[in-house]
This record gives sequence, C-alpha cells and structure tokens, in this order.
Amino acid sequence: MSAAPKRTWLNRQRLPLLIVLGASLIFCALVSIFADQSSYLVRVIVLLGINIILVVALNLSNGFTGVFSLGHVGFMAIGAYVSSILTLTLETKSENLPDLPAWLAHVQFGFLPALLTAGVLAAIIAWMIGIPLMRLSGHYVSVATLGFLVIVHIVLINWTQFTRGARTFSGVLQYTTLWWVYLWVLIAIYVVWRVVNSPYGRMLLAVREDSIAAKVVGINVLRARLLAFVVSAFLTAVGGGLMAHYLTSFSPATFYFTATFNYIIMLVVGGMGSISGSVLGTVVVTLLSEVLRNAENGIQLGTLKLPPVYGISQIILAVVFVLIVNLRREGLMGGREINWARLFRLETPS
Amino acid sequence: MLSLENVHVYYGNIHALNGISLHVDDGELVTLLGSNGAGKSTCLHAISRLLNLRQGTIRYRGEDFSRLSPYEVVQRGISQAPEGRHIFSGLTVGENLLMGASQRHNRLEIESDLQYVHSLFPVLKERLHQTAGTLSGGEQQMLAIGRALMSKPRLLLLDEPSLGLAPIMVQTIFAVIQKVRQEGGTVLLVEQNARQALEIADRGYVLETGSIMLEGSARELRTNAAVEKAYLGG
Amino acid sequence: MGPVDYLLQQTMNAFSLGSIYALVAIGLAMVFGILRLINFAHGDLMMVACYSAFFLITTGIGFVATLIITIITTLLLGVLMERLAYRPVRGAPDVIMLLTSLAVSIFLENVFIMFLSPVPRSFRGVSPAFLDIVNHWGAVSVSNINLATIGITAVLFVLLLLFVTRTRLGIQMRATSEDLMAAQLVGININAVIMTAFAIGSAMAGIAGMLWAARLGKIDPLMGFIPLLKAFVAAVIGGFGSLAGAVLGAYLLGFAEIFLVGFLPPSLSSYRDAFVFVLLIIVLLVRPNGILGSSEREKV
Repeated sequence: MSAAPKRTWLNRQRLPLLIVLGASLIFCALVSIFADQSSYLVRVIVLLGINIILVVALNLSNGFTGVFSLGHVGFMAIGAYVSSILTLTLETKSENLPDLPAWLAHVQFGFLPALLTAGVLAAIIAWMIGIPLMRLSGHYVSVATLGFLVIVHIVLINWTQFTRGARTFSGVLQYTTLWWVYLWVLIAIYVVWRVVNSPYGRMLLAVREDSIAAKVVGINVLRARLLAFVVSAFLTAVGGGLMAHYLTSFSPATFYFTATFNYIIMLVVGGMGSISGSVLGTVVVTLLSEVLRNAENGIQLGTLKLPPVYGISQIILAVVFVLIVNLRREGLMGGREINWARLFRLETPS
Repeated sequence: MLSLENVHVYYGNIHALNGISLHVDDGELVTLLGSNGAGKSTCLHAISRLLNLRQGTIRYRGEDFSRLSPYEVVQRGISQAPEGRHIFSGLTVGENLLMGASQRHNRLEIESDLQYVHSLFPVLKERLHQTAGTLSGGEQQMLAIGRALMSKPRLLLLDEPSLGLAPIMVQTIFAVIQKVRQEGGTVLLVEQNARQALEIADRGYVLETGSIMLEGSARELRTNAAVEKAYLGG
Repeated sequence: MGPVDYLLQQTMNAFSLGSIYALVAIGLAMVFGILRLINFAHGDLMMVACYSAFFLITTGIGFVATLIITIITTLLLGVLMERLAYRPVRGAPDVIMLLTSLAVSIFLENVFIMFLSPVPRSFRGVSPAFLDIVNHWGAVSVSNINLATIGITAVLFVLLLLFVTRTRLGIQMRATSEDLMAAQLVGININAVIMTAFAIGSAMAGIAGMLWAARLGKIDPLMGFIPLLKAFVAAVIGGFGSLAGAVLGAYLLGFAEIFLVGFLPPSLSSYRDAFVFVLLIIVLLVRPNGILGSSEREKV
C-alpha cells in the first residue's frame, strides 16, 4: 500500500481502541442489567474499577514524573472523608458527627458535587505541599510524602469533630455504582493520557531519570511536576470518594500503609510509565488479592480443608513484589503501552 | 602476565569495549592512550572487576578473572588508583593508607610499606593525621597512588594520575611512577597526557571508541604521524 | 513540683527517649550510609526481639541468657534480611530498594500477625522487676528503666566509637560509607562490611526494642512502626548517613517530643506526632542533608 495515509479520524490506532471501548461499554451494560448488583462479582468489578482509577493516577505522579510519592493514599483519605461528610444526610450527621460546625451540619451535597469538591480540595492541598516538595528528588521526596501520609492519618484520628476519630465512619450512602466507576475510569485514563502526551508530559518523561538534565531544563520541570502531582491528587481523591461511597463505612486505618503498599504493588507489577500497564497490573493484583483473601478463610480442596490464615494475602503479595522487582523490574508492560493495532493484527510488527 | 582477550563490555545498551585484546608483561610500563570516552577507564574497571564482561576473558598469571570479586583482584596483586582519585575524604591520610592494606595481614610488612610510601611522598607523612578531604589536588593524587601501593601490588593500574594537576605536580607524579617501575613494579597507565606517558612507557595502545586502533613500542607511537596529530599536538 | 524539678524530670525523660531513638537511628544511618537503602524493616527487628524475649523468658532460662539469645537472633535476622532481600537489589534505583524494604517489613509484620495474634501482650515479667522501681530524688522521680536506657546507650556508643575508629573493620565501614567504589578498589570486602553494618544495626535495634517494650509495658506485631518513623525523622534531621548526625537528631527529637507536649495547648497535644513530621518535611526542604550533613544540595 503506497497510497498516502488517509487523515481520517478513524485510523489504524483508533479503531481497535474504539472496539475495546465499545466492548467494555457493552460488558458494563450487561453486568448492570443482568447481574445482581449486590453480588460478589459486581463488588469485585467495582473495586477493580476504583483501583484502576487510583493506580492510573498514581502512575501519573510516580511513573511518569519520577516523583515517587508514598503519600497518595493520604489524598485518597481526604477524598473519602470530605465527600462523605458532605453527602451524609442531615440526620446521620447529627447522629454521628454531632459537633460539626453549623455551616456543615446543615448542608447535604449531591454525589457529584461532593466528589468534585473533595477532588478540588485535595488538589489545593497537593499544590501547597507540592510547591516545595517538587524540588526534592529520589528518596527525599518519597520520605516527605510519607510524612504527609502520616500527618493526614494523625489528623484524621484526632480531629474527631469532623472524622469520628479512629472509630468507624459509617452511614455513608452507597452512591457509587458500576456506571459511576466506569465513567471515572474513562475520565482518569483520558486525563492522564492527555497530560502525558502534552509538551509538559513529554519533557517530564525525558528528564524523569536524569536529574542533571532536569536541572538544565530548570523551572519548567518543577511546574510540570507540580501539574502532574496536582492532577494526580485530584483523581486520587475522587477515587477515594468513590471508594467511600461504595464501602459505606471506613476508618483512618483503611487509608494507611496497607493500602499504600497494595497500590504500589499494582503499579510496579504493571510497570511504571505505562497507562495500560497500570490497568493490567491492577487487574492482576486485585484478582490475586481476592483469591488470596478468600483463601484466608480456609480453602476446601476436596476432602482437605486448609485452615484460615489471616495475613497470608499480604505476605504473598510482599513476596510477589520482591520477585517482580528481581525478575522483571520494569513490570508486565515494561513501561510501554499496548499497541492496539498490532494486537488486533492491523499492523505487522516492523 | 596480564592479558585481555577479545573483551566486550556494555553499559546497558552501549557497547563500551569492542573486542579489546592487550597484554602487559612483568616489569613493563604500558600506557593506554585515547581521547575522552574511548574506553580507557572502562578497561581498568573491567580488570578490577567492577564491571562484568559480556564476552572475552581477562587472565592474570594464567588465572581467569571472570568470577572474582573486586577485593579478590586486589588479593591477587592488582591495585588501581582510579580516575578522580576517590580518596576517602572523611578519613585521615593515615586511615586512607591503612585502607589500602585491607587485604594484608602482616603488621610488620604493612608498617615497612608505609615507610616506603612515606619516602616516596614525604608530604603524606607530614599530613598523616589530617583529614584527607582537606588536601590539595596534587596531595590527594599522591595519597591515591600511595594507597594503591599499600596493597603491595605486582601490577599497578593508574587512571589519569596527571588530570587537573599543576605541571610541577605532574612531574613529581611521573617521577614516582618511574621509580616504582625501576624497582621492579609493573604499571598499566591510562593517560590523556600522551607525551609524558610515552616518555616513560615501554609500550602503548591507542583506544578509539572502544577498540584498539594502534599498538606498538613507545618509540613507534611517538613517531607515528596519526598519534602525533591526534594526541601530541603535532 | 517546682519548675526546676519539672525541667529536670522532663530532661531525664527526654534523654531516655532520645537514647532509644538513637539506638534505632544508628542502625538506619549505618545501612543508609553504605547502601543508600532506607530499611523499613528495621523497626520490625525491634518487634522480633521483643517476641523472642517474651517466649524465651517463659522457658525459664533466666533474664541474662534470654537477653543474649535475643540479641543474637535479631542480629542473625538482620543479616539474613540483607542476604536474601537486599543484596539482589543492590545498585537498583532508590525507589526499588525502598519498596523492597517496605515489602520485607510487611512480610515480617504479617508473619507475626499470622502466627501470633495481633492482640498486644504484656511485657511485664519479661524485664526484671528492679527496672520498674522508681527512684525519688527530692521532687524528681526517675525510674530505673530510664537510667538503664541512658546507661546502656552510653556504653554502646563508646563501644561503637572505638569500633569505627580503632578497628580495621570499623574504619573499612566508614570508608565504604564514603565511597563504595573506592572501597572495592582498595580491596575491602564490601559484603563483609555490609553484613557487619546490618549485624550491628540489628543488634542495637533489638536492644532498643526491648527497652521500648519495657517502657511501654506491652508488645504487638506492629509496635516497631512508630519508633522506626521517629528514628527515621531523627536520622534525617541530624544528617542521614552520618552516625553522629543520627545520634544528635535522635536526642533533639526526644527533647522536642517531650517538651512539645509540655508547651502545646492540651487540645493539640495528641497532634504531637504530626508536628514531628511537619518538622521532618521542613528539614527536608531547608536542609535535606540534615544538620550535620553537608549543605551541598542534590535537588531535582
């Protein structure tokens, strides 16, 4: 074929992507129509979707910009608590959070406004702490963001007026449905894709590993990193809000080290710097976690019954992580995106 | 006694050494010349086992080096004073020298070698208790060489000893190198200062982007037109 | 109690707390100095030591034997950790090493949760009774555990100092910490040096763990986490990688913690730990190499 490539909107790269999009849309429609919405299957799919949002957002910061944040779950917590406080009914508020200040105690937000508010708040906080933090590198920034996570945790535990402290925060309305999650997954992937492929994003990718090159490029790098960090925080907070409105009850412990480690494993397994890698890694680890979590309750293998072993899922995940890091450090996708055209055989490998 | 045969070294995907074959015999002073990035330091790092070979062998006195740890290389009698000196700046001069003797256990012998190094570099003896980081560039270079000598090497690898030093200091250093050589030592000298190196060397190799372009006796290289043009400013 | 007495009492507390942080921070700093590895599992070594002591005491072999075996066990665990989990990732990017240590930490914690319940157990009865005695010097009360902590730490400092200045291995450790490549070139067996660093650091963490548990009175599988974070803050404040910095930072932190509680309004006192971490972030921004570290910045 020697004809000049037609500049249509529907080209070789886009067509398979649209097919995948369409297929997932149909899949969601089928599940939401025919499956029992409170079933285990739907629960896993919803949580999977939320995890994808969180890991894709995390990848934007950790994978693409080299700012390896260990504190993102802090933004998730902020998203969860802020959105939940806003959407609680007035009766629940007066019951569970009797000491809320008047301006909060008498408002009740809708789901979307609450999510957006939480996201924007997280973005503002990310912007404030990000300005100084973006200058740090390597483990310094990781440690600083870890400090952020701990600070958020301590504030959540102690600001009982707003958070009920270490006690369970319950009574949240279950607004999150499969469609909401699907929508936000699309938004998250699209936003991250746009940032990564913008001039800012390309520059960040170029200097990600090379701190000297970064110094030479200078102030733009800081600005770009900050942008990525803030966008990442926004999406993470929305993910937290979605999670909160699915679980309907949670506590500060839900958003601490265990969660942090789980999301990092998903990120690393999939490969940093690849959006499709994040999705893939999330799917693999989430499903593995579910299998292991069920195993924790004891497995029946024919006549053999394995006793419950709590904590085994974490242990196995930790071991998996160490193995991946040793055997295939770049993760499943190796930092590259799925080449949809090649996958669907619309292109031959060059 | 030292031979490299068809050595290939990679930094990631970069082919740093492309089939290097060279040898150094007992008592010789051989010099490796070439411009920046030619692979000279990489050669020395490979010999000291800081790098792995993708292909090829390094043999010393008949022994294959491919499985050794860096400290075992020092045990076998090969010692390197690296480019940029790399002295331990937080330790004293005396402690630096002591570190050079890390693989040695006979205290009397260590002591006598310490005296030998003092005789070569009297300024080190003066500054024995000074923190190494406070020494001048030339003194640090002397310390680096002295430290390498403390392991009582049979083969001394020197990487750009004259780099960044004032001409007088360069003279001193080269005089010491010659003295070491005269007392029976073997030296493999990497240098950008080709003129000085060829004056004291027996033989030399010229490296260019990872391969050996030229080899021969020092006299041959000195009078070679290409070498003159490229490295001797002729 | 008059203000001077109060000050004295709190100073003793601060020294005691700072000593425990120092013991933990030294191990962290030693490993970071050589490998650039932040060992999250270091805090869990404290926990392992406490559980070892807890179970050994019940066998009736006596306190001294328990102490010795516990320290050796903790030491060996640290060395094992290095050999299995950290050596394979030596030279890898910082974040990979950091995450590996996080993985090791989670592994250890969950193994202990799995085989022993997460419910805290009492440590009373493990430490000898005389440690619980409180001396009254005038209006000031000083418990023996505080005195023991300060005393043991002081002795260990002296031993460590002699080790790194007077022994060949100790000097090799300082050299390796400065320049890993040069250390290899002069013939230092860096595997041996690294193993020694882990061994010493782990033993100290074990001792610190037992002192911490003796103070607190109870142990649980996640107990190492808070002291680890605090020791980490201490090491960073003082100058990460430098042993003197770790010690300095630890005592500064101990004093800051004790006296901050005194000066914060009561409603904010539970936020004390949050202030500690704000301090950490400030230090990282202003002087990332810590008080004793060089002021050359490695930014961006």
